[in-house]
This record gives sequence, structure tokens and C-alpha cells, in this order.
Amino acid sequence: MIQPLSHLPHSQEDPATLAARFSDLAPPLNARQAHLEASRCLYCYDAPCVNACPSEIDIPSFIRNIHQDNVQGAAQKILSANILGGSCARVCPTEVLCQQACVRNNAHECAPVLIGSLQRYAVDNAHFSGHPFQRAATTGKRIAVVGAGPAGLSCAHRSAMHGHDVVIFEARDKAGGLNEYGIAKYKLVDDYAQRELDFLLGIGGIEIRHGQRLGENLSLSDLHQQFDAVFLGLGLAASKQLGLSDEQAPGLLAATEYIRELRQADDLSQLPVADRCIVLGAGNTAIDMAVQMARLGARDVNLVYRRGLEDMGATLHEQDIAKANQVRLLTWAQPQQVLLDDAGHVCGMRFSRTHLENGRLVIGAETFDLPADAIFKAIGQAFDDSALVDPLARELKRQDGRILVDEHLRTSVPGVYAGGDCTSLDQDLTVQAVQHGKLAAEAINAQLMLNVEAA
Amino acid sequence: MADLSIVFAGIKAPNPFWLASAPPTDKAYNVVRAFEAGWGGVVWKTLGEDPAAVNVSSRYSAHYGANREVLGINNIELITDRSLEINLREITQVKKDWPDRALIVSLMVPCVEESWKNILPLVEATGADGIELNFGCPHGMPERGMGAAVGQVPEYVEQVTRWCKTYCSLPVIVKLTPNITDIRVAARAAHRGGADAVSLINTINSITSVDLDRMVALPSVGSQSTHGGYCGSAVKPIALNMVAEIARDPQTRGLPICGIGGIGSWRDAAEFIALGSGAVQVCTAAMLHGFRIVEEMKDGLSRWMDSQGHANLQAFSGRAVGNTTDWKYLDINYQVIAKIDQEACIGCGRCHIACEDTSHQAIASLKQADGTHVYEVIDDECVGCNLCQITCPVQDCIEMVTVDTGKPFLDWNHDPRNPYHVTA
Ligand SMILES: Cc1cc2nc3c(=O)[nH]c(=O)nc-3n(C[C@H](O)[C@H](O)[C@H](O)COP(=O)(O)OP(=O)(O)OC[C@H]3O[C@@H](n4cnc5c(N)ncnc54)[C@H](O)[C@@H]3O)c2cc1C
Ligand SMILES: Cc1cc2nc3c(=O)[nH]c(=O)nc-3n(C[C@H](O)[C@H](O)[C@H](O)COP(=O)(O)O)c2cc1C
Ligand code: SF4
Ligand code: SF4
Ligand code: SF4
Repeated sequence: MIQPLSHLPHSQEDPATLAARFSDLAPPLNARQAHLEASRCLYCYDAPCVNACPSEIDIPSFIRNIHQDNVQGAAQKILSANILGGSCARVCPTEVLCQQACVRNNAHECAPVLIGSLQRYAVDNAHFSGHPFQRAATTGKRIAVVGAGPAGLSCAHRSAMHGHDVVIFEARDKAGGLNEYGIAKYKLVDDYAQRELDFLLGIGGIEIRHGQRLGENLSLSDLHQQFDAVFLGLGLAASKQLGLSDEQAPGLLAATEYIRELRQADDLSQLPVADRCIVLGAGNTAIDMAVQMARLGARDVNLVYRRGLEDMGATLHEQDIAKANQVRLLTWAQPQQVLLDDAGHVCGMRFSRTHLENGRLVIGAETFDLPADAIFKAIGQAFDDSALVDPLARELKRQDGRILVDEHLRTSVPGVYAGGDCTSLDQDLTVQAVQHGKLAAEAINAQLMLNVEAA
Repeated sequence: MADLSIVFAGIKAPNPFWLASAPPTDKAYNVVRAFEAGWGGVVWKTLGEDPAAVNVSSRYSAHYGANREVLGINNIELITDRSLEINLREITQVKKDWPDRALIVSLMVPCVEESWKNILPLVEATGADGIELNFGCPHGMPERGMGAAVGQVPEYVEQVTRWCKTYCSLPVIVKLTPNITDIRVAARAAHRGGADAVSLINTINSITSVDLDRMVALPSVGSQSTHGGYCGSAVKPIALNMVAEIARDPQTRGLPICGIGGIGSWRDAAEFIALGSGAVQVCTAAMLHGFRIVEEMKDGLSRWMDSQGHANLQAFSGRAVGNTTDWKYLDINYQVIAKIDQEACIGCGRCHIACEDTSHQAIASLKQADGTHVYEVIDDECVGCNLCQITCPVQDCIEMVTVDTGKPFLDWNHDPRNPYHVTA
């Protein structure tokens, strides 16, 4: 139950319609399509697409494998660089990553190779009979991973592969992080996060303990003592606040909170739907929220941003998805006041018009009101400080609120590593988190094995 | 518009595009459709003595490119599997109905004088414009003492050609098999026998692929296979060379050549004509796309001729022959080097890795701040081999530019570095 929206009606659509609207946004390629698409790849050398993939997948090689009917070889190539290659194939904003860089995206060419779709094709159709990676001989080393999101899972898998034993401490009931709780439902369908998790755990040597929250029933000091290395993949558990009064009023909530419920719901027709709603923000989360609300049946969805379209974090591709779902993109408007009805429920929002003056955003005098049954905040996620409260945790150096790490994902505390959204490094993307986890595992392994040699 | 009509070995045709002797010319139904579509002539599917040949199933297989475009096909069909009588009757009727088109009859009978003496008057009686001797069919028939077996023995070629000239007044075109080491030997033999023209190439012995599950080559007949004849786009380079070899052979100078092998576009045809062909024949391209392809071939050829100021085919026929020579006469002092058009370059790195791994390390890969690479030719290292230009996916992105070496023309014959050089 989404408490702040308990006063709203449920979706009017029948379950079948809703199910269809939340099925695969980008349907998978069939064998023929994959072959045709693979044949478009030029098998570049020092390929720009690889350079643009945060997890450094050898794209020309896996595509050539697909083209030569070696789908398993293709999948193995992908997974060896990115163990969550299946979900990345579905959620990566390829239009700003690999496909943006593809030489066939050049102005003189037609269109980029559909790298994401091909990656999905390979991983989905590999049908391995067992787990495709072997664990090295056991080292006897134990590694604690906090957080079972993409970063933590990637670190765990690579560490297990190196022969270490891994325990993952996860606060929630399910592992997967935002793959399970955050990604738009139509991007990861059919319980993919859990299926991918099962596959990943197939390597062995990884134990997940749920209900373990760092800062609550778990301390970094203890982990540091009990394990040979600790990896923090905590994500960004807090949502940024607007700083307005009535921010707790029924009808106003964080987009991520709603999406979490949406993703877990067995019956979408039981979800509260705000027929008129406002989504505040400009990133992909805002788009996801607005589109999902529209697909649930809301007829009047406004995405409001205080700057212009060109300043939005959401990619053009994402903006197009929003427009195709009848989401209205309102720009140059800044929230001023939450409007409440007599019952104290949200009934709209007052905005001030904004504009630029000498490059600075200025809030003008003009205001307007937008009626709404609900307001969703998607103005960004923040690191949840309550995770880092024990003495050792407090020693961790921070940057912009997040955990400071070097390029080997080492924190300021020796033996403690961190990766993914909770660090100050790189973009907040699933694929980036996977890469961090992988690199951290390599750094941990190098350090532990160095210690072994020295001993 | 340029005049596409020709007179080839005394045979008139409204255009040089003929269908080669093969399934497209198997019977009246096909040939009439071809004439309706605009083909200038046909060489009727090879006739033989009764009883007619019997074919197997399946019959064709293909070699594919990356996009499943057919590069070449392979067939294990024999000559016509219909009776001589039916074929002759149809030929007579078609020629009567289409007097302006060239109708050539392809023949293959045993290598005995009697056989030729018997069949030739029957063919001549149809009103056909000429005969083509099929010495090339590389499968099935040789085991019966015909086809490639004849084409591979110069004395037989000469002998059979002479019989045909003796017992028939029609122009005789000798179709050559490429399954020999030096095509000129066969052409010279035909020439000695009195041939009015040669046509080439017939198909090349081949196996296109192997079914790795069933462990049988393709095409397969049940669990077995046999080699077949290869044709289509992939054989064009081989055919062009053979045509050029004959065209520039002093011993067969002036012998009309009908170019065959991998022709599918007006440009292919123009190339064969430039290397000395007076007409061309097409089989595979028509088999893949139907007879309608002749329309674009005719239109493209005449527009190109207009753009070049060629009023008719003689205007450029054989024009590239004189520029085709032996390696030893090439200018050793001539030098080209690759030049990359950075505007057109899409940064795929293929030129670099090709040159780096397999050629002369003459293309530098310069890493940029954003992680991409810029590729630059190192002029001093480039030998002008064309490999980068070939592997570059962008047409005209790499140009091979002539550099002025300041040195005079020098061929290997006269090069002092040649231990056997000619001293003047
Ligand atoms: C709504 C939304 C949509 C997104 N869509 C996309 C998309 O389409 N494509 C894309 O590439 N990226 C997308 N992202 C970003 C992407 O999901 C993240 O970058 C990625 O999940 C980061 O992985 P992570 O492992 O660092 O963190 P998370 O995925 O956040 O995982 C963190 C894990 O740690 C656990 N945890 C947190 N605190 C504690 C604690 N104190 N103790 C124990 N466990 C704890 C959490 O329960 C969670 O399981 C989206 C993000 C959001 C919010
Ligand atoms: C299925 C098939 C059957 C052929 N049968 C004959 C034939 O009976 N007589 C003959 O002279 N050539 C025959 N050929 C060879 C063609 O006439 C032609 O020489 C050859 O295919 C090369 O031309 P292309 O590349 O345009 O196909 C046959 C070719 C094919 C594909
Ligand atoms: S850049 Fe594009 S064409 Fe080149 S290897 Fe990558 S996917 Fe293939
Ligand atoms: S083309 Fe296909 S359908 Fe026609 S005869 Fe051959 S195999 Fe049969
Ligand atoms: S092969 Fe062509 S397109 Fe590719 S890098 Fe070289 S010059 Fe550029």
C-alpha cells in the first residue's frame, strides 16, 4: 500500500490492458533480425563503441560471434566483462553510450548498430547448461559486500570467481537493488532481476543475508574485523527534498517510492492512480515516473522542470518516450507551494516562471497553479547518511555527500572499497555500477593475493 | 541515346544482353518471357542427343555474403532434360515470332563426327542465328566423353569446331571452360578450327559449403554430394581475366568474344566490353532476380555511354585491352600513396589494423582526449598497396594519390635490379 496515496482511486483499466502496457518496451530481436543487425557491424578496431561502454564489453567480437551463429560465445564474451549484461542490455541508455559512439551513427551513415538489442539477444539465447564461469581454487579469504544492487552483485561474482567466499548483507527482502525496485517496469519484465540474480549466484560461493542494514543492525567496524575486505554498494537510499512546507501532505511522495510499489505489485489494477499528476524533475527517473503513471491510466500527466528541455538530464530518446505517452513537458517553472484541499490532500501546485539572466536561473514574479491529485518528486537521489554512523564508518572520507573513492574503488579506509551510485565516481547508471563492482573485486583480489605472497 | 545494337560474329541483336544457355533459356515459355522483357538474345539451353539427360534433386547451392546476398551459386544440373524434337520445334517457333532477336542454339553431343553431322542440319533448319558449342559443362557430362572433357583437350576443341564449320553454315561460337590452366590454349584451338567467336566462361568446378550436421557437401542429393559448377558475381574477376587474356593474345587477335560470368549490372557488362567482348551473356543474375533486370542494364549502359560520348558499343569495345599487359612491363617507378579524407572517415580503425598487422605499418592510430582515434597515413611507409582502401567501409574515403617520384618510366625488363634485365 502506498500510504500517501491511499485516498486515490485505483486504475480504471482492466488487468489485461495494463499488463500489455507494461510489457517489453523494446521487444527482443528474433534470430533473423539479430543476424541482419549483426551484419551491419563493421568489426571496428579500437572500436569507439567499446570505449563508450562503461563496462568495456568487446562489442565487435560478440557481434561477430552472433553473426557466425555462435550465440553462446557471444554471451560469454559479454558476461565476462559485465555479469549483468542481460539487464544492462535492457536498461542502458545506449543512445548516450555505445550506440552514440558507434561509427555507423556518424552523420554520413544511416543509424547505429543496435548494440543493446544484440546484447540482449545473445544473453537471452545462450542457454548455458551450467554456469559459464568457473571459480578459481578457494583462497580461504572472506569478503563482505553491503548492498545487493548491481555494484554489490558484480563485486560478489567477480570475487567468487577469484576463489574468495562472499557474504552479501542486504537491507531489503529481495536482492537486485534498483534492478528489482527502481527500473521502469516495461524495461525489465518477467521478473528479470531475480532470474538474472539466480544465474549470477550459480557460480557458487556467494551467500546473501537479507534484513541486514548497515547503520542499524550492522556496523562497518564489525565487518572490517570479521572479513578480509569490505565492499560498500549502498546506492542512494534517500530522495532529495523540495524544501517546501506541506511536503509530507498526502498526495506528495518520492517517485522512487511509487515505482518500488509498482514493480512489486502483482496486480497493477490495485495501484492508486492520480488522474491528474505532476512529476517534478528532469532526469530519467522523472520520465519513468511520468510514463508509468500515464500507462496506468492517468490522463493528465505534467512533467515540470525549472530549466529548458536542452538542460534535461533525460536523454532525447527518453523525452521521446514521454511525448509518445502523452506526457506534457513543462519547462521554466519552479515549485513554490503545495496546494491542499479541505481534507489536507494535495490538489495542485503553484509554480513560479523562471528564466535565465546572465546564465543564472532567476525566479520571476509570475506564478501559475496546476491542479493535480498527486505530486511525484524525482529531483534526484541522495546518499543516506544513516548508513555510516559507527566509528569506522564515520572515518570514510566523503565528497558531495557520497563516499570518496580512487580509481581502484578504494575508500579512505584501507580494506574498505565502495562502488556504484553511493560513490562520487562516474555517472549513476546500472552499467557503471557493474563496472565499479568488477574493478573493486579486481583491486581487492590483487591486494589480498599480494598479502598472501608477502605472508 | 546511344545505340546498343550489335552485330556479333555476323549475328544481329538489338542489344548486347543475351541470356546464357541455362535454365532461363530452357524452353519457349522462358525465352518468350525474356524477349518480352527486352533481352537482345538468348543461347538456348544446351541440346544433346536423345534420350534426354535426367537430373537429380536437389541441384543448386550458394556461397553467401554477410547480408545473405548470393555471391555465387553452384549447380549440378546437366544439359536439357527434354527431347531434341520438342526443343527444335520450340526454337523454330520462337525464332519465327521474334525475328529481330538473336537466337543461338547450344549443343553438346559425343565427340564423334557422325553425331555432329546428324544434329547440325536439324538445328540449322530451325532458323536459329548461330550455334554455341558447349565444351564447358564441368560435371556429369564429362564422364560420358562430352563437356569439359572436350574443352580440356585442345585437339578435340579444334576438331569439333571444324566439323561444325563443315556441316553447318551458321556462325559457330565455342564456349570455353575455365577449368583449365591457360585459357588461351583452348581459344587458339577454337580459332584454328575456324570458330567465328568464343564465349566464356562456363562454370567453375566448386563445392560451396558443407552441412556440418550431416557431414555432406552442398548441394546434397540425399546423403551424398558431388562438385558442381560455380557462377554468379563471385566468378566475374576470373572471367574478366580470361576474356582479357584472349583479347590481348596476338594469336587470336580479332576473334570475337562473348563475355560471360557474374554479369549482373550495366557496369559489369561495360567492363567485359571494355576488355574486348562484343556481347555478353547472363545467367545467375537473371536466375536470382528474374528477366526484368535487363531493363536497368540497358538503361544504365546507354546513359553511361551518353555521358562518355560513345555513340555505339564499338566506340569503347576493347578500349581497356591495350592497357592490360604483363607484370614485367609495368612502371616500377610509379608510386601512389593512401590519403584519408578525414571528413568522410567514420573512425572504424580497419585501415589501421589491416596495415599494421598485415601490410606496412603505414597508418598511425592517434588516440584523442575523448578516447576515440584519428587515423593518419605515414606517407614514407606507404607502398601504395590499396589494402586500406579496400577494407575501408566508406567509399571514396581513402584515395590513392599519385606522387611525383621525379623518376622516368622504367619497367622490370629494363630495371638494373633485375638480374636478367635487358641492356639496351
Ligand atoms: C527510478 C530509477 C530509474 C533508473 N533507471 C535507470 C535506467 O533505465 N538505466 C540505468 O542504467 N540506470 C537507471 N537508474 C540508475 C541505476 O538504477 C543505478 O545507477 C544502479 O542501480 C546503481 O547500482 P548500485 O548497486 O550502486 O545501487 P542500488 O541499485 O541502489 O543498490 C543498492 C543496494 O543496497 C541496499 N542498501 C542500501 N542501503 C543499505 C544499507 N544501509 N545496508 C544494507 N543494504 C543497503 C539497497 O537495498 C540495494 O539493494 C535508475 C535509477 C532510478 C532511481
Ligand atoms: C543451373 C545452371 C545450368 C547451366 N547449364 C548450362 C548448359 O546447359 N550449357 C551451358 O553452356 N552452360 C550452362 N550453364 C552455365 C551458364 O551458361 C554460364 O556460363 C555461367 O552460369 C556463368 O554465367 P553467370 O555468372 O552469369 O551465371 C549453366 C549454369 C547454371 C547456373
Ligand atoms: S562502433 Fe558500431 S560498427 Fe564499430 S564495432 Fe562498434 S557496433 Fe560495430
Ligand atoms: S525454386 Fe524452389 S520451388 Fe521452384 S523448383 Fe526449385 S526448389 Fe522447387
Ligand atoms: S578504414 Fe576508412 S573509415 Fe575506417 S578509420 Fe580508416 S579511413 Fe576511416
